[in-house]
Amino acid sequence: MSKLPLVLRELHRSETSLARDLLAVADRHQVDHEIFHVGRDIAAWSQTHVRLLSEIGHDHGLELDPAPRWTVPALSSLTRRLSTATVHRPESGLLLLADLRRVHRKAAGVSLDWELLAQSAQAMRQGELLALAQSCHPRTVRQMKWANAHLKASSPQIIAS
Amino acid sequence: MTERDAIAKPWGARTPFRPGEPWPDRVDIHLAGGVDPDDVQRWVRTASMLHSNGDAMDIAVVDGRIVGVRGRVEDRVNHGRLGPKDLYGWQANGSQDRLTRPLVRVDGGLVETDWDTAMDRVVTRSTQLLDERGPSSIGFYTTGQLMAEEYYTLAAIGHGAIGTNHMDGNTRLCTATAAAALKETFACDGQPGSYTDVDHADVIALFGHNMAETQTVLWMRILDRLAGPQPPRIVCVDPRDTPVAKAARDSGGVHLAPLPGTNVALMNALLHEIIANEWVDPDYLDAHTVGYAELRAQVEGCTPEWAGGICRLDPAEIRAAARVLGEAERLLSTVLQGFYQSHQASAAAVQVNNLNLVRGMLGRPGCGILQMNGQPTAQNTRECGADGDMSGFRNWANDAHVADLARHWNIDPMQIPHMAPPTHAMQMIRYCEEGSIGMLWVSGTNPAVSLPDLSRIRSIFSQDRLFLVVQDIFLSETAQLADVVLPAATWGEKTGCFTNVDRTVHLSDKAVEPPGQARPDLDIFLDYARRMDFRDRDGQPFPAWHDAESAFAAWAASTEGRPCDYTGLSHERLRAAPSGIQWPCNAEHPDGTERLYVDGRFWSAPDHCESYGRDMVTGAPLSPTEYRALNPDAKAVLKAAEYLPPHEPPGPEHPFVLITGRTIYHFHTRTKTGRAPELQAAAPRVWVECSPADAGRLGLTDGDLAEVATPRGTLHAHVRITGIRDGVLFVPFHYGYWDTPGGSAPDGGPGRAANELTATDWDPVSKQPLFKTAAASITPVEGGQR
Ligand code: SF4
Repeated sequence: MSKLPLVLRELHRSETSLARDLLAVADRHQVDHEIFHVGRDIAAWSQTHVRLLSEIGHDHGLELDPAPRWTVPALSSLTRRLSTATVHRPESGLLLLADLRRVHRKAAGVSLDWELLAQSAQAMRQGELLALAQSCHPRTVRQMKWANAHLKASSPQIIAS
Repeated sequence: MTERDAIAKPWGARTPFRPGEPWPDRVDIHLAGGVDPDDVQRWVRTASMLHSNGDAMDIAVVDGRIVGVRGRVEDRVNHGRLGPKDLYGWQANGSQDRLTRPLVRVDGGLVETDWDTAMDRVVTRSTQLLDERGPSSIGFYTTGQLMAEEYYTLAAIGHGAIGTNHMDGNTRLCTATAAAALKETFACDGQPGSYTDVDHADVIALFGHNMAETQTVLWMRILDRLAGPQPPRIVCVDPRDTPVAKAARDSGGVHLAPLPGTNVALMNALLHEIIANEWVDPDYLDAHTVGYAELRAQVEGCTPEWAGGICRLDPAEIRAAARVLGEAERLLSTVLQGFYQSHQASAAAVQVNNLNLVRGMLGRPGCGILQMNGQPTAQNTRECGADGDMSGFRNWANDAHVADLARHWNIDPMQIPHMAPPTHAMQMIRYCEEGSIGMLWVSGTNPAVSLPDLSRIRSIFSQDRLFLVVQDIFLSETAQLADVVLPAATWGEKTGCFTNVDRTVHLSDKAVEPPGQARPDLDIFLDYARRMDFRDRDGQPFPAWHDAESAFAAWAASTEGRPCDYTGLSHERLRAAPSGIQWPCNAEHPDGTERLYVDGRFWSAPDHCESYGRDMVTGAPLSPTEYRALNPDAKAVLKAAEYLPPHEPPGPEHPFVLITGRTIYHFHTRTKTGRAPELQAAAPRVWVECSPADAGRLGLTDGDLAEVATPRGTLHAHVRITGIRDGVLFVPFHYGYWDTPGGSAPDGGPGRAANELTATDWDPVSKQPLFKTAAASITPVEGGQR
């Protein structure tokens, strides 16, 4: 039996988790406005991917939630308080570096999952799946590069100060 | 020569001309009451300081005082004409309340002192911070109103001597997206077009650009074309019904008034139509660009119906505009703050470049792009590196460029920070907020009024731990919060050069002495460098230059081989020339260069280019390897961008979209124009514009006092009912508190600065703050005075 459903299920899980993470990071760093706004903008990419995966999952006998709960409420009110409490303190910087590092790692995982899907879709002549991977994967890479770029730009000040 | 009432008739009388003919001369003059042209003892050469157009003019001097101005008929930019701010703004130089002595903070208040005491405080704090926390604890925030020599010196001190990455100009608020759009498409800054393209174009498209108010003299040129035989058609994109919008309708063109924040959707639909109707130039695309396939795929689904729903426009209007653009034979496109300060700023501005490129309309007379600037010397802030860019359009991500600059400065390349892109203004403010920047030196700008979300800005500047140095000519709102205030000389009181939007370099000579102990900004920076005892590799004082002329020579030498080549220019050469000269100017082009990219050859070769570009949504920089793969042959890059919804959409509590902007009689925070009697009288107080339908619904009539609110703050303003589109409010950003009892902030009561309302959000590519996409409400103030 094909393991494609397994790959799809894992991708759905990892994209959902990436979207949640991006939203949580945005929330936690509201005082770093670009992280907040762009984090939310690109979380929307993962949210779209989750919906598309759920749609295509049907054809493979899968029930994947098209719109899972995106935030973990308890965490988010806590982090929000943290975010405003550290507005005048450089310590929030270290937290930001850790968060960006996690987003980067997670996006790298999603990126590999898309690779996997693309490879297997190609092997199994699944045109639609291949097209999906080809249209979604570049955005995952852009999410990864976003985290990388911010890490690069903000680390000198955070470490030096 | 005509004395004219430039308040009642800002653009003056028409001098019509036909396509391809030279623009006829018209000399405007304004002298103080009672002064006759024959009384003038000296005319001193300069150009405008109160907008970006670069109108050449002479200052009239009598007995060591400025008494008026006259347009320079020999100049390519204005052929003698001057706008209202040119004609009246000079009076601010002579204001009684100019800063004439340095001030330092003592027991919470600012007291007068001498230069030694003030500079000693700056030097002591700098040294202490450098010793304890290193270069990244110091930041510089400058302007678009100093001169090239001063920016180059500031860049050398900041990037070279101190080695901080934290340097930017207030040009971040106005011209950052222009630069970013040029860097994305052409991989290098530099304005492709020329003002003379107005003389030849058959279609002129103004995207978010109310030229009639922001560049009055360039608008006169268009008005004269419109009044002549074979006039151009105008396309205008603006949610307000401006004079440009009217000209668009009258000329048989199109006015589109999209909902603010939707420019990318609109541009993608226009490109969709142009591609679908085969109005593209395949030969040009093939020979001179990369990225067409991606662009075509991106806009494929962007039909006028799709965009119409987002922009709330009739799809037929979008089609009509696309047809005018698509059938143009000589298309001139210009862009300004309606795009630059709105959601997805760079992505939208880049689509304008794409429009001209897909149509093959670049580098020929009438076929041009003007990514405009707001301020007179913004171009120099960019070129010289005082906005964080590396001097001479060098590339931060290219080690060879860093080494080349270090060679010019005779310092170790390691001393120039280049581990990350330069820190932009809003990020510097953030570093001040969290405490990692301990000293901020502000020159020639007023962030306590001009940055978004003012209550946040005021609280940051008021922190005890932040040492704030302000160098200005008046005690601005920002200066009132400073620890040290340095009195500067201004235009007319010092010598230097500056460059306008279309690369025209003008010399501005000293006409009169500065008041009291005020000193030129260049002298202040050099004095600081000497007191800090900065040295180059050979132990010689750094910067090595000592006055404006030697600073210019050093700057020109450093541009050798770079796109903005000044090596053919010097103060002497500029003084001898009839008037301004366009760069690049070198041995090969001794008289300057009218248009860039005439042969479709771009400065985008990987080793030469200023920038490798960024992701249009995330803003992440491309790596050198990615860029090399994308653009191996030095072509222009067509960058596609997807539309994203704005970050603060209107909702039940705040049902309007608020936009802010420049208006004709004022500049920035009115520090100068508010002190010129004619300009001040023409627009003495803040207002809010809304549409007749919205006003009717809310029971507002013209002149009523209203409260405008956003999630961040409120202000009171008098209502003007205008042709703005429904659902949108406009507030001019010029009004602050220096001439109110509050001084630097609202006096307990409601505010009047537009930036009480604006949000902290910026374009991820250009880092330009977005002043044009806040959700707002408007309500009548009961018993408000009319
Ligand atoms: S006022 Fe205009 S010129 Fe000045 S910074 Fe703002 S946008 Fe630029």
